[in-house]
Amino acid sequence: MGWFGASIKRKEDPAFLTGRGRYVDDIALPGMLHAVVLRSPHGHAAIRGIDKRAALSLPGVHAVFIHTDLPESMQRQTVPLLVPSPTIKQALMPYCLAKEEVCFVGEPIAIVVADSRYLAEDAAALVDIDFEPLPAVADCAQGLKPGAPPAHRGSPNNLAAFIPINVGNADAAFAQAAHVFREQIFQHRGGPFFMECRGMIAVPDVASDTLTIYVSSQGPHRHKRVLLDLMDWADHQLRIVTPDVGGGFGPKGSFYAEYGALAAAALAMRRPIKWIEDRHENFLSTQQERDQYWDVEIAVDAEARILGLRGTLTHDAGAYLPWGVVLPWIAATSVPGPYVIRNFHLDVSVAFTNKVPTSPVRGAGRPEAAVVMERLMDRVARELKLDRAEVRRRNFITPEQMPYKVGIIFRDGRPVTYDSGDYPVCQREALAAVDYEGFRARQAREEGRYIGLGIGNAVEATGLGPYESATVRVSTSGKLTVYTGATPQGQSHKTTLAQIAADHFGCTPDDITIVTADTAATGLGVGSFAARTAVNAGSSVHLASAQVAQKIKQFAAQMMEVAEQDVVLESGYAKVAGSDVKRSFREVAAVAVGMPGFSMAGGPSPGLEATSHFTPDQSTYSNGTHIAEVEVDIETGQVTVTRYLVMHDCGTVINPMVVEGQIVGGVIHGVGNAFFERLIYDDQAQPVSTHFGEYLLPLATDSPSVEVLHMETPSPLNPLGLKGAGEGGTIAAIAALLSAVENALEPFGVHIAEAPITPQRIVELLGEHALGRTR
Amino acid sequence: MKPPPFAYHDPTTIEEAADLIGRLDNAMPLAGGQSLMPMLNFRVVAPDHLIDLNRVAGLSYIDIKDGAGRFGAMTRQRDIEFSADVAKTFPVIHQALKHVGHRQTRNRGTIGGSLCHLDPSAELVNMVALHDGVLEAASRGGRREIRIADWVRGIMTNALEPGELLTGVMLKAWPVGHGSAFEEFARRHGDFAITAVSCLLTLERGTINRAALCVSGMGPAPVRVVEAERLLVGAKPGHDAFRAAAVVAQALDAMSDAYVTAAYRKHLARVLTYRALQRAVARAGGQG
Repeated sequence: MGWFGASIKRKEDPAFLTGRGRYVDDIALPGMLHAVVLRSPHGHAAIRGIDKRAALSLPGVHAVFIHTDLPESMQRQTVPLLVPSPTIKQALMPYCLAKEEVCFVGEPIAIVVADSRYLAEDAAALVDIDFEPLPAVADCAQGLKPGAPPAHRGSPNNLAAFIPINVGNADAAFAQAAHVFREQIFQHRGGPFFMECRGMIAVPDVASDTLTIYVSSQGPHRHKRVLLDLMDWADHQLRIVTPDVGGGFGPKGSFYAEYGALAAAALAMRRPIKWIEDRHENFLSTQQERDQYWDVEIAVDAEARILGLRGTLTHDAGAYLPWGVVLPWIAATSVPGPYVIRNFHLDVSVAFTNKVPTSPVRGAGRPEAAVVMERLMDRVARELKLDRAEVRRRNFITPEQMPYKVGIIFRDGRPVTYDSGDYPVCQREALAAVDYEGFRARQAREEGRYIGLGIGNAVEATGLGPYESATVRVSTSGKLTVYTGATPQGQSHKTTLAQIAADHFGCTPDDITIVTADTAATGLGVGSFAARTAVNAGSSVHLASAQVAQKIKQFAAQMMEVAEQDVVLESGYAKVAGSDVKRSFREVAAVAVGMPGFSMAGGPSPGLEATSHFTPDQSTYSNGTHIAEVEVDIETGQVTVTRYLVMHDCGTVINPMVVEGQIVGGVIHGVGNAFFERLIYDDQAQPVSTHFGEYLLPLATDSPSVEVLHMETPSPLNPLGLKGAGEGGTIAAIAALLSAVENALEPFGVHIAEAPITPQRIVELLGEHALGRTR
Repeated sequence: MKPPPFAYHDPTTIEEAADLIGRLDNAMPLAGGQSLMPMLNFRVVAPDHLIDLNRVAGLSYIDIKDGAGRFGAMTRQRDIEFSADVAKTFPVIHQALKHVGHRQTRNRGTIGGSLCHLDPSAELVNMVALHDGVLEAASRGGRREIRIADWVRGIMTNALEPGELLTGVMLKAWPVGHGSAFEEFARRHGDFAITAVSCLLTLERGTINRAALCVSGMGPAPVRVVEAERLLVGAKPGHDAFRAAAVVAQALDAMSDAYVTAAYRKHLARVLTYRALQRAVARAGGQG
């Protein structure tokens, strides 16, 4: 043992840092054609006709596929809804290519195939589509009002789903409350904006009627499941591989309609076809998280203890439901966070709009929930003239209450039960680290400067099931390989999973090859999202490695004629403890596969191989406290983050350096959501922000230096005590940053109830005060 | 995001370049390419001919003498930023250049490209307006000079006639000891400014005796705030003078877009004018 818990350098880095990463666009195959996805320019329109003749007449253009060119199975059915829910009123999903109606700018209508991407773009401009523009729904709250046009022709209204969440009796709690405060909060989170856009290559094998697909994704197994449905194919006909991925953040986990159409096009052309999403398309077609309107009230007693919380949430689904109602469900059920709330009632309305569909982006609705809860805590403190940290302390769930039943049903159908964590200590240590007690004095000393401190607490459901696969195999050459459905997008799985395995075999992580995301390597797989890989894949690697290590010892013991318990594994050998007698893994593996004609009956089962699908009972809950310090220039509204500290608890840590990287990246993501990232649409749902000149991501110069401190409360729910770490950096960040800005502007009574908050908006809220010295 | 087809031309002399641009229909010159290449990829422009000026001799120079600075149109922004002569004679240009994009884009971007592209917030256009610069154009028919006041014809539209190329720009230097400042507000470092204010002034016996004030980002072109300049000349530097000039700048017309309101641009014009004056006076050795 010894690799688990060590901050070793990433195995992935030498290749990535020297340009030897292999992303989808790096793959070039003989005879490969290039595709452009022709997308709707309208937010909502009927398609009256498509004339492809001019496009087809261009030299170098091979084909233009539209809906009626798709295989019968794709004309008959839409992309399936993978996560159904009884709360869904209208389960609308897109066809692989639009049939008679387009419902968002960017919806795929045709696939243009040519010798080069250049030619395909020239031809796409020549496809003549006769549109009849229809009224579009550009805002989810407006779309639910009576008389709003339907986002889908023929729909009775735009209500996609209605989710009532009820715990205890909120109205009774409010009736006896000493104080009730109401907050109306608009929140907008942008898109994932990974560095590598989406992309896919479909490679037909005409000799065997099979198809291999390379796709930039967060999990090829679910893509395979969808495509088998769409093509009416058997398992052996389809192999999907995800090579290196340059970021996913959630929306790369979805199956996009064009993937079906591209597969069909490659089969029809009998040649490989490559499609790479360009950045313009990325803004139009990759799913986003976008808009939520919250209207909530909190009831507290005279000591600021929460009695209840109630209100409504209106969530923008976009045009379809690629992830069902997972995103609003997580947002709604994450509101209580680390606080005791016995009575909770939230009515969630999920509305269709004529915009690109929404799906979870890193944090998956939890950042919005944390903003709501933490804004309310600040409000209670301000109204009751109490310290903000103290109000939170009085309401924390304590370690003695663990496991704690929140009373809510999570999206996995199980009651939300926090397994472990010490929230009061987490906040206390974070505050101590930034000298919270001394902050008021520092604030008062800074004459003419406006500095503020914000607190954000959050709990994160991580390690969601159902399972992740891991097959551990020692080949007859003695090489150790782990195959898993986990699909890294930058999370360092090839390092951390190797660390877990290495401890079982007495070798180094470099001795273990991790093969990820290939449906031919593992039959089952789920993918990497929801901060689930360490818990699911990590546990599976641990369990399968233990089994294989055991088998090595069994075979080696027979070969060396010693007792199994005397065999130790070290540096690629099975050794007899305390002697020079040893057998290499290669020798043991050769014996373990047997020899033709020689019976292995009565011995260990053949092969040095084991597969595990660790299936957790429920989520395990990470938590953290974020402290942000900011300075606001009241004349321009500019916010500078001057200090940022995270106290984070994700259970046992496989590699602290990797976790720290995840948290820092997550915080920067939160900085973007708090201050910069905004996708603007006009009133006909036409996207305005379609490039990085207008959609602003935080640059290095906007990113604070993030201090990370760890607590380790092991989860009792898996053998290694792991919890997820992929999203905790983002979840409490927006809440902490808004809190800090409001605190800095306290002398002016400015109240922040929206995210992102821009300098312009801060100047508006400051009014005359923004004149500053120029008054 | 791939450009439509075009023919590529690679001239090496100004005459050759002027001949191509005069002779070919729907031709565009390519300078540093920091705006044109994305516009080609977005298919916002679709020239039949692209005339690459990067190998044309005699278009890249910085020549400062006799109280004037002459800059070749193809002079890289990074070269101007690093010129000791510029920093000494035109300190405000040195300051402004640090706000032009990023190091990587300044390595390629040229002063002429920026002047022709005419982004409403472009720092270098502001600099030329602040100095009452004179632009030089060449065509097959010869050469002519165009004053900056006549250069901007509308949003991102310059005064070049068909067949003309911008070859350089001349700026008159301010006297040694003048005060200068460049104040810009952008969402992130390197972004196009929401509003930017530049200022030059000289002091005599504690009084402002000459001033130039130029605001960008409000409309299609940088605006010289002539009324504020008039107010400043003869004024004692200090809150009252700065505030008065700032209020004039705030009263300028401004545009709104999907992200920024006119009111915010005007507010920033006020705040940044005040700051620019404060800083310029300090640099001129005055109090305020």
